[in-house]
Amino acid sequence: MIAAVEPSWYLVVAALLFSIGAFGLLVRRNPLVMFMCIELMLNAANLTFVALATSLGDINGQTAVFFVMVVAAAEVVVGLGILVSILRRRPGATADDLAELKG
Amino acid sequence: MVELVWLIPAFPLLGFLTILIGGRRMGEPLAGLFATAMVGASFVVAVLTYLDLLGMDEEQRSHTETLFSWVPVGDLQIDMAFLVDPLSITMCLFVTGIGALIHLYSIGYMHGDPKFSKFFLYLNLFVLSMTLLVLGSNLLVTFLGWEGVGTCSYFLISFWHTKDANATAGKKAFVTNRIGDFGVMLAMFLAFGAVGSIDYAVINDSALAGTLTQATATGIAALLFVGAVGKSAQLPLYVWLPDAMAGPTPVSALIHAATMVTAGVYLMVRVNPVLGAAADWVPMLIAWIGAITALFAATIALAQNDIKKVLAYSTVSQLGYMFLAVGTGAYVAAIFHMITHAFFKALLFLGSGSVIHGMHDEQDMRKMGKLFKFMPVTASTFIVGWLAIAGVPPFAGFWSKDEILLYAGAESWVLYGIGIVTAILTAFYMTRQVIMTFFGEQKWGSLANEAEAAHLNDPADTDAATEGAEAEALEDAGTGPQSVGAAANADIDQHETHGAHGEFKPHESPPFMLIPLVVLAGLSAVGGLIQLPSIGIIPKNAQHKLLDWLHPIVEFGEGAEERGIGEAIITDTTAYDLKVVLIFVAIACAIAGIVAGWAVYQRRLVKPFEPELLERGWRYDEAISWFMGKPGRAGFQGVADGDAKVVDGAVNGVATIVRETAGQVRKGQTGYVRQYAGVIGIGVVFLLGWFVVIRGIL
Repeated sequence: MIAAVEPSWYLVVAALLFSIGAFGLLVRRNPLVMFMCIELMLNAANLTFVALATSLGDINGQTAVFFVMVVAAAEVVVGLGILVSILRRRPGATADDLAELKG
Repeated sequence: MVELVWLIPAFPLLGFLTILIGGRRMGEPLAGLFATAMVGASFVVAVLTYLDLLGMDEEQRSHTETLFSWVPVGDLQIDMAFLVDPLSITMCLFVTGIGALIHLYSIGYMHGDPKFSKFFLYLNLFVLSMTLLVLGSNLLVTFLGWEGVGTCSYFLISFWHTKDANATAGKKAFVTNRIGDFGVMLAMFLAFGAVGSIDYAVINDSALAGTLTQATATGIAALLFVGAVGKSAQLPLYVWLPDAMAGPTPVSALIHAATMVTAGVYLMVRVNPVLGAAADWVPMLIAWIGAITALFAATIALAQNDIKKVLAYSTVSQLGYMFLAVGTGAYVAAIFHMITHAFFKALLFLGSGSVIHGMHDEQDMRKMGKLFKFMPVTASTFIVGWLAIAGVPPFAGFWSKDEILLYAGAESWVLYGIGIVTAILTAFYMTRQVIMTFFGEQKWGSLANEAEAAHLNDPADTDAATEGAEAEALEDAGTGPQSVGAAANADIDQHETHGAHGEFKPHESPPFMLIPLVVLAGLSAVGGLIQLPSIGIIPKNAQHKLLDWLHPIVEFGEGAEERGIGEAIITDTTAYDLKVVLIFVAIACAIAGIVAGWAVYQRRLVKPFEPELLERGWRYDEAISWFMGKPGRAGFQGVADGDAKVVDGAVNGVATIVRETAGQVRKGQTGYVRQYAGVIGIGVVFLLGWFVVIRGIL
């Protein structure tokens, strides 16, 4: 018999995913990759919600996941729109090139 | 008739508006006649009101005629209202009466002036302001007139403003008056704060009832006195009055002798219950400032050579007497002297104007002399004025001055001494003036003839010489428009005289100018009748007419009714016991002054003593200039520097600190998204650590 999957394993996977996302966000300069890293972190949070909702028997956690997915979708629409327009104007620009608002 | 009192200011207002609109079309002499008629009508109304009041019981002789509500603001209710009582009507009588005479005189004096109608415009506006001042039933209406006379005085002093000195004199008068005006305003605020009203009736009643605290009464009285010092030309603000002689002579007579300068005295008498309720140092201060001003100005008058300057300083000196009277509680004597002074000083000024006119705009007495036979009417009336101001009985000035000296003696013998010395000096300098102008040696012939002689040597005919004289008269008078009139007169004169012997000859003035002189001479001679002293030889019912008339207005202190009105406050004093002696002392002093003047200037027994220091007015003007120029300017510069460095420095310093700090802080905003994300991450970790580890949540 395969050992039952402990809830803590899910949490560990989620923490790993979140760390990868955060690390990627901080070290990569390609705006698209940074965007993907943000998605990774969001989904890590989603995984945490789902895992805890199941183990605690509380449906509210799963509800929150839907909210996060909706917000993420909206964010992707806006964010990708901005990204496309920036890259169309300045092909190959990195996030560090977009520093016009520095003090 | 008391209900129609508003007609008194209404007539000059009508005259002002009419001349304002149609003055240029009316021209000469219609504008002058119209203006005179308007002031004359005011005088008639004043006389009728006076007769009306005379027919009433003593208690009813106070009527407030409210025209409309002027300033209705919450608790502050100020009406445009006129107070009719013996004091205000007395003032109105002589303001409009003498005003009308001076208007009449001006028709002659301003003959030929291009701004003829404008002159009467200002004169009417002045009379309007002055009647508002004396009739106002509250401090604000009075203040309206107070500022009005100040403004008119500025217009009229600078009337011939193309000459720089005249314009400067006007500004000087205006600015000096403003210094005093702030006192009146503060007094108004204080009165409103203390009794909730600025009506004379309310203020005076609360002072009499004792509800006005002594401190407040002291403040009001002292502040009003500051205003009076400015308006009535007392030390230290007298400086504008002598310079105000730059205006046309009728203006000097009207404003700077008869009416405007008396406003300060009037105001002090009007609020006399407040003076009574104030601390003792206020009346003492008033008396001392009056006495010192009287003496100070009299010494300066000793050495003046300008015929009008002598009279100007003499006015300051006489006003000093009035304040001496106010300060010693002799309010009736102050009003009495104000009236007699208005008679004789208007006479003297108009007389000097006539002399200046006749001498073709010559004001220097050193270039006059022996004018008596050329201008007999002017000279005779001037002599009446001289005797009146010198204090020779039975002329008007003697009685009023004597009464003031009596009260001064009752207060303090030092004040009496100053007063009597001033009286001697007054008699002396007026004698000097009369001798230098009308008697003594003829000094104008040689000086004036040089120019004439040059013309005579020309082979040209009489007409050419006349033209020359006319041009020269224009030149002599500077840019004064008066010169046109003078030239016209000169024209006539030279026609008469050139052919005969080619002499410059002073001429008598036209009837328009002589009539007022004769009337004023009459008043100066008999003016004393209105207030004869209570000494044995004078019938009981002829004594103290003015006092009986004014007594409901004037506060005589506690128990005055029981002790007999009026002189009650001084009946206990040595001076009162000696009053007959004092009368003879006063007569002796007047005669001594005249004899001394006659000895020095007519007989030349003693060399005249006229130090330059006195001629330049104790260098008072220079002292002010020096003070304001050196330490004053340095002080103001210090204040300006303090403002620039301390105040502006603090403001700028705060701005600099903020700017510098912000400059450092903004460097943290790099624009690198990844850096921001990192900082946010660190922040989140920190906050989580805070909540979990320190606060123990979870």
